Amino acid sequence: MATSNASIDIKAGRLSPDQYSKNFEDIHAPLTRHEAIVEADRCYFCYDAPCMTACPTSIDIPMFIREIATGNPNGSAKTIFEQNIMGGMCARVCPTETLCEEVCVRETAEGKPVKIGLLQRYATDHYMADIGSQPFERAASTGKKIAIVGAGPAGLSCAHRSAMHGHDVTVFEAREKAGGLNEFGIAAYKSTDDFAAAEVDFITSIGGIEIKYGTALGKDVLLEDLIETYDAVFIGAGLPYVNDLSIDGDDADNCIDAVKYIAELRQSDDLSKLPVGRDVVVIGGGMTAIDIATQIKLLGAENVTICYRRSADAMGASAYEQEVAQTNGVTIRHWLQPKALHVDGNMVNAIELEYTSGTNGSLSGTGETITLKADQVFKAIGQTPDDTPFTKTGIELVKGRIGVDENRKTSHAKVWAGGDCVAGGEDLTVASVEDGKIAAEHIHKTLMG
Amino acid sequence: MADLTSNFVGIKSPNPFWLASAPPTDKKYNVERAFEAGWGGVVWKTLGEAGPPVVNVNGPRYGAIWGADRRLAGLNNIELITDRDLEINLQEMKEVKQNWPDRALVASLMVPCEEEPWKRILDRVLETGCDGVELNFGCPHGMSERGMGAAVGQVPEYIQMVVEWCKKHSNLPVITKLTPNITDVRYPARAAKNGGTDAVSLINTINSIVSIDLDQMAPIPTIDGKGTHGGYCGPAVKPIALNMVGEIARDKETAGLPISGIGGITTWRDAAEYIALGCGNVQVCTAAMTYGFKIVQEMIEGLSNYMDEKGYKSIEDFRGMAVPNVTDWQYLNLNYVTKAKINQDLCISCGRCHIACEDTSHQAITNMVDGVRKFEVIDEECVGCNLCVNVCPVDNCITMEEMTAGSDPRTQKPIDREYANWTTHPNNPMAAVEPAE
Ligand SMILES: Cc1cc2nc3c(=O)[nH]c(=O)nc-3n(C[C@H](O)[C@H](O)[C@H](O)COP(=O)(O)OP(=O)(O)OC[C@H]3O[C@@H](n4cnc5c(N)ncnc54)[C@H](O)[C@@H]3O)c2cc1C
Ligand SMILES: Cc1cc2nc3c(=O)[nH]c(=O)nc-3n(C[C@H](O)[C@H](O)[C@H](O)COP(=O)(O)O)c2cc1C
Ligand code: SF4
Ligand code: SF4
Ligand code: SF4
Repeated sequence: MATSNASIDIKAGRLSPDQYSKNFEDIHAPLTRHEAIVEADRCYFCYDAPCMTACPTSIDIPMFIREIATGNPNGSAKTIFEQNIMGGMCARVCPTETLCEEVCVRETAEGKPVKIGLLQRYATDHYMADIGSQPFERAASTGKKIAIVGAGPAGLSCAHRSAMHGHDVTVFEAREKAGGLNEFGIAAYKSTDDFAAAEVDFITSIGGIEIKYGTALGKDVLLEDLIETYDAVFIGAGLPYVNDLSIDGDDADNCIDAVKYIAELRQSDDLSKLPVGRDVVVIGGGMTAIDIATQIKLLGAENVTICYRRSADAMGASAYEQEVAQTNGVTIRHWLQPKALHVDGNMVNAIELEYTSGTNGSLSGTGETITLKADQVFKAIGQTPDDTPFTKTGIELVKGRIGVDENRKTSHAKVWAGGDCVAGGEDLTVASVEDGKIAAEHIHKTLMG
Repeated sequence: MADLTSNFVGIKSPNPFWLASAPPTDKKYNVERAFEAGWGGVVWKTLGEAGPPVVNVNGPRYGAIWGADRRLAGLNNIELITDRDLEINLQEMKEVKQNWPDRALVASLMVPCEEEPWKRILDRVLETGCDGVELNFGCPHGMSERGMGAAVGQVPEYIQMVVEWCKKHSNLPVITKLTPNITDVRYPARAAKNGGTDAVSLINTINSIVSIDLDQMAPIPTIDGKGTHGGYCGPAVKPIALNMVGEIARDKETAGLPISGIGGITTWRDAAEYIALGCGNVQVCTAAMTYGFKIVQEMIEGLSNYMDEKGYKSIEDFRGMAVPNVTDWQYLNLNYVTKAKINQDLCISCGRCHIACEDTSHQAITNMVDGVRKFEVIDEECVGCNLCVNVCPVDNCITMEEMTAGSDPRTQKPIDREYANWTTHPNNPMAAVEPAE
């Protein structure tokens, strides 16, 4: 295929102003009071409820739903926050179809689970609108000081639980804003109306949490020093890097890191300024691939194709997430891996992909290829850790991620870690919140004896 | 096709479904719409004496309780008898009867407890061409304070007296409507029979406070900060009404007395249950007030279909068939042993049977089998109470199976297929040697 830069079509402002706001409104409209009550009535108040077991933070789901049904939405929210202080964001971003709702007995019974996520959002939204500040009181001051690295879900969860136990918390955050990927990564239509920032205020309203912005571990502050100065350290630094395609042209101007682009999108106050290709190819198979593809489509790209090197089942994104992309007009193609980028100057204009085949994990190219025109290529093939800040302290790492035990304790006596930066995690917001909570409980136990 | 026509104490109607005396039957407009929809008859909203009519409150008059999805389970009202002028009611009744000669039209009456007013009203309603009268001894609020309604219905002697007056001054069939707000419904029923009533109808509404408004700190419905007890009806009262109907049907003194069944009838099945307990017809109020008149079509179709399936050609074919099977506890067969059985294919693993039995009953259902979440009945512990059946959200998932051979794993006692009841049980200090009855 002969393509030249003259034909590269990247434009901002492909849509009319109201199309932007329509495309980026809530993916699931919040339940009205009536809808919430009708839905809450569907819950059977199961014993040893499977949904509760499936929730990484073990929210008492039958109880919070019953509280909605009995006209006590604020009490319901408290039940949620007791287990998960980020219950509001989790209600928006959890892939419930593979967590609580997957195992709801009404899924078993009639293929229609109770809408746990939307009910959770109903209760937490109600609380935050009605009461605003978080519901817990701090225990008497212990005089202990805890340092937390990263103000993402893991760090904030650990900070809140630690503050609750009476410890004084200092959070070191590299960016100028807290929230981690809630603020910079989650798809815009999942977290509307600046919810991530509102939730940070909500969580920190407990008091005893100081966030030091623009303070990066390894640069502005050293782990060795934190260990020295604080009674305990929790690391929730996430995964700062993304994988490269490892083919020539990878560094072209329009071969873009998906996570970085999403961060720009999330921080943008005018979506019509974002550059959008006409033909867009996304490489990857996880949530990030789905999110960039869907969002670039919603920004007005004409043809968006996700290319994934394995089968639909093997994709990191759930069947439901794939469906979201597809119903928004994204094409998903399987068994294709990138082979070469057609680059002219510093611009990609097409991507050549090789067909693959494979069973039981082994994958090989068939030699056959196709070439897709591409005004933009997005890389969404996984994020990677930055282990440099830790190496000096000798903390045990597993493939660059931090090794932890069931208490989220690292090999260092004063250091705990959780969220995306630890090995063996699920890379979900809710799992990161749970990590922070477990670590805080264990730190508390360790410090208080 | 089953024959649904009904002849209740000489009053004929194309089907046994009547609307009970209440708002749906308060005027010609409503009643004609009901007849268009297919109702077999109506008992007109209770008439009072000539003169200025009673007044109703101008605030809310209903309260309710609901099941899931706000399905109305029980309704409570503080309405009085008709608040329309007697003459208008009589005129409209006459017109309706002329327009709908094949439908039953019964006049419901409530006047002071003296012979003269009863004679007067009976003479007046005769002019309408109505098919019978129903004496309202049931209204539990507003009228009873004035010595009418339930105030009469709670004193058997008064009932007998008024019924006697009515029989003396009218040739119309007399149906005596009973209040449930008494200790033993057999006494008012017997009194009505002794007075010569042609039939009884029951139940009227039950004294109730349906709920308290926790902001206003007053009963609901709340009228300017105050509330009062009302009359309770709807699906929630059906079990109470059925029991009362059963008591009258099997009482030696009133056995055979025609009964018009009322209380919570919402579907054909409810109606069939009343008929099985001896009722010649049924009356409906709340279901119509909840869903409109069209529901009668489901009732007609459903009853007819049921009768066809069972081979019953007319209402009389199955009327009262359940009466002989209503007995006293002491005559129940203590040798009849059942065990709950869970159909694992239908089970959705909600765990409700387990926790109900574990926390509040006999610890007879597992929640874990070999480390897997699983719900199975432990026959060694199951007393056969069927609580689990009633809390399981899946219809027919748990069934009660009779044990017919071997021995009961719980008691180790061999299954004895001979009938044996409490009257002869060794634990009964009063045990007779021979079973009674
Ligand atoms: C595009 C995308 C979409 C996603 N969508 C979903 C979704 O829909 N649902 C879901 O459940 N999960 C989703 N995830 C995953 C989820 O966002 C993460 O699992 C979660 O945010 C991890 O939380 P964390 O606290 O471990 O890390 P992060 O959220 O990454 O937060 C880490 C924080 O640490 C800070 N930091 C990093 N390095 C340093 C340093 N050296 N010094 C100081 N601070 C530092 C960062 O600035 C950041 O604030 C998505 C992820 C991506 C990338
Ligand atoms: C608003 C209302 C008003 C009623 N008024 C009368 C009445 O005037 N006379 C009467 O005999 N019964 C009256 N009833 C009682 C009904 O006729 C009937 O006996 C009772 O509601 C039970 O039947 P249901 O469960 O089908 O409603 C009234 C019921 C309601 C709900
Ligand atoms: S599994 Fe479903 S029905 Fe059962 S408690 Fe959870 S949400 Fe309710
Ligand atoms: S019948 Fe009663 S005792 Fe037996 S399992 Fe069911 S609830 Fe338990
Ligand atoms: S209540 Fe019914 S559905 Fe639920 S676990 Fe028991 S048998 Fe299964």
